[in-house]
Amino acid sequence: MIQYTIRRLLLAIPVIFGILLVTFTLSRMIPGEPCKAMLGEKATAQVCEQFTKQYGLDKPIPVQFAIFMGNMLRGDFGESIRFSRPVTLILIERLPTTIELGIFALLIACVIGIPAGILSAMKRNSPLDVVVMVISNIGVSMPVYWLGLMLAYFFALVLKDTFLWLPPTGRLTAGITSIPFFQLWNFPYISGTFSHYMLQFFSNFLIFNSIITGDWKVLGDSIKHLILPAMALGTIPMAIIARMTRSSMLEVLKQDYIRTAKAKGLQRNLVILKHALRNAMLPIITIIGLEVGILFAGALLTETIFGLSGVGRILYEAITARDYPIIQAFTVVIAIGYVFINLLVDLSYVFIDPRIRLE
Amino acid sequence: MMENTKPSLLEVQNLVTYYYTDEGVVKAVDGVDFKVYPGEIIGLVGESGCGKSVTSLSIMGLIESPGKIVNGKINFLERNLLELGESEMQNVRGAQISMIFQQPQSSLNPVFTIGSQIEEVFQIHGKISKNEAADKAIELLKLVGIPDAVKKTHAYPHEMSGGQAQRVMIAMALALSPKLLIADEPTTALDVTIQAQILNLLADLRRKFNTSVILITHDLGVIAEMADRVAIMYAGKIIEQSDVQSLFDHPKHPYTRGLIASVPVMGEIKESLDTIPGNVPNLIDLPIGCRFSTRCNAREEYQLEICNKQEPELQRNQKSGHEVRCWLYQDGEGHTAPFKL
Repeated sequence: MIQYTIRRLLLAIPVIFGILLVTFTLSRMIPGEPCKAMLGEKATAQVCEQFTKQYGLDKPIPVQFAIFMGNMLRGDFGESIRFSRPVTLILIERLPTTIELGIFALLIACVIGIPAGILSAMKRNSPLDVVVMVISNIGVSMPVYWLGLMLAYFFALVLKDTFLWLPPTGRLTAGITSIPFFQLWNFPYISGTFSHYMLQFFSNFLIFNSIITGDWKVLGDSIKHLILPAMALGTIPMAIIARMTRSSMLEVLKQDYIRTAKAKGLQRNLVILKHALRNAMLPIITIIGLEVGILFAGALLTETIFGLSGVGRILYEAITARDYPIIQAFTVVIAIGYVFINLLVDLSYVFIDPRIRLE
Repeated sequence: MMENTKPSLLEVQNLVTYYYTDEGVVKAVDGVDFKVYPGEIIGLVGESGCGKSVTSLSIMGLIESPGKIVNGKINFLERNLLELGESEMQNVRGAQISMIFQQPQSSLNPVFTIGSQIEEVFQIHGKISKNEAADKAIELLKLVGIPDAVKKTHAYPHEMSGGQAQRVMIAMALALSPKLLIADEPTTALDVTIQAQILNLLADLRRKFNTSVILITHDLGVIAEMADRVAIMYAGKIIEQSDVQSLFDHPKHPYTRGLIASVPVMGEIKESLDTIPGNVPNLIDLPIGCRFSTRCNAREEYQLEICNKQEPELQRNQKSGHEVRCWLYQDGEGHTAPFKL
């Protein structure tokens, strides 16, 4: 299995290279140039020439690509055109928010979607089944931005002044600040080094940081701010997971070994939870892995609607500003995340089904 | 065999199990009566779709929607199983009545080890520690003739052959020494050589545990070898029932005769094998009168008019206990039976 993992990781290199090549070329094919996007339509040719030279955009595209690859392999994603800051710093600030949002959304999707699918399969063709399937059909076809706005409207305006009120925007309430664990515990670090970056990166996971530092106020506040966006983002995966769980369970419940389990005198619920669910898990886990890609795409809209400063939102800004370094860097990160998660999915097969051998 | 006067272990009375489908009501089991005595093997024989498996699932209380037990009694150890609640029935299943199936490999859960699946039976039905259950599982695997039993408890079903898997199923079924074992075509999916091994194992264990067995099969050879008594089913009803000797020596029902005639006999040269013309009738839309009348050659031979008007009753020869459901042996309105039972 270790061998398999290593091989899969090595195989990921050409995949990521390919993705980079495509994004690199495609982003340069978007009509409009960074100079005009940044400095405005009235920028003179002279100013633009200087601007493109400064960012190395005057060189042929293959040369630009080679330079970019060389820098990236040294961990340098270049400097954002729009924000004039190293892209790595932007990633450190923003990636944790998106990851937390994604995990939270996926959690909601699984915790509701899987039991709903199981119940639906157990009570096939009953009113409950119909209701679950209708809701999940609506869920699948609900646009994220519309659902996001509706949730924000309902929880932030309609339920205003009730205990169910939820904040519609931002990551923390103004006035509440999260103290990074490494500052709280006086970790020695040298500003600007790799270890400093890593400490910053991890402390920007607000939920993680507040749990390990025991700051319950920040924890509560940051979870509160994530509920609405995570609900908006998690609805489509939730619906897809519920439908997949249902059909997979129905398939498994027809199998001979389910009849055997019943014939042994096992309780119906245990037959479902012990004998059926584990067999039904493979397609469910596969779909969860694939949903991660959809989550990244959805994060772009969700973060914009709910004013979260994650990578999705900045990617949107970067595309409109033709901020090539950000587009490239974030694409790499998303691609790596996707490849990694699906590797985890494949590895999990072995633990679920002993018939599967990874070779 | 003389008429059995012992009290029966299981008595199925007028069992009626229907499936309510969109196409109509499938009368899978339509008034079945039989008894199982302690320690005997009774064969339940018939073509596919005649209601053998539905009968056994009805006894186990495992009929799933759209199926429903509409009528009847299943008396087992002086209780009517049809009146038991689900949790009481769970105590019966696997402990007092257990079952093995046609496809042993797919009847075992692919994601659990053999050992854990056998241990589960003990855990469901009794408070027993994990270690004790594991020891018992090894003991059972040895009993059913699995070599290297200790190692095999950690094996998964896909690592076993069909014959071995059926041995595991038998081990699981006999774990709690049930009073009754229902074997639903236990050897149909196995190679002929393995079939014999499994049947011998069943016969041995029956003697050892004094377990009664309902052996469901369409293979008359297996019945001749194994069973004490036989019930022949056709389209949801038992049409003939007797001890094995009497059935093979003097088959009464034209269907039974057809079944016996269609078995190829070693050394006998025939142009073609005997077959019963036609197909099993549609269980939604059964023929009026005798269910076999549409395929029956005796009806034409003896020019019986009553067959497609009225259904015959099960007639019983009081001396031999041989039972048959056919107008050849029953008088009716304006009808004199050509034979005496």
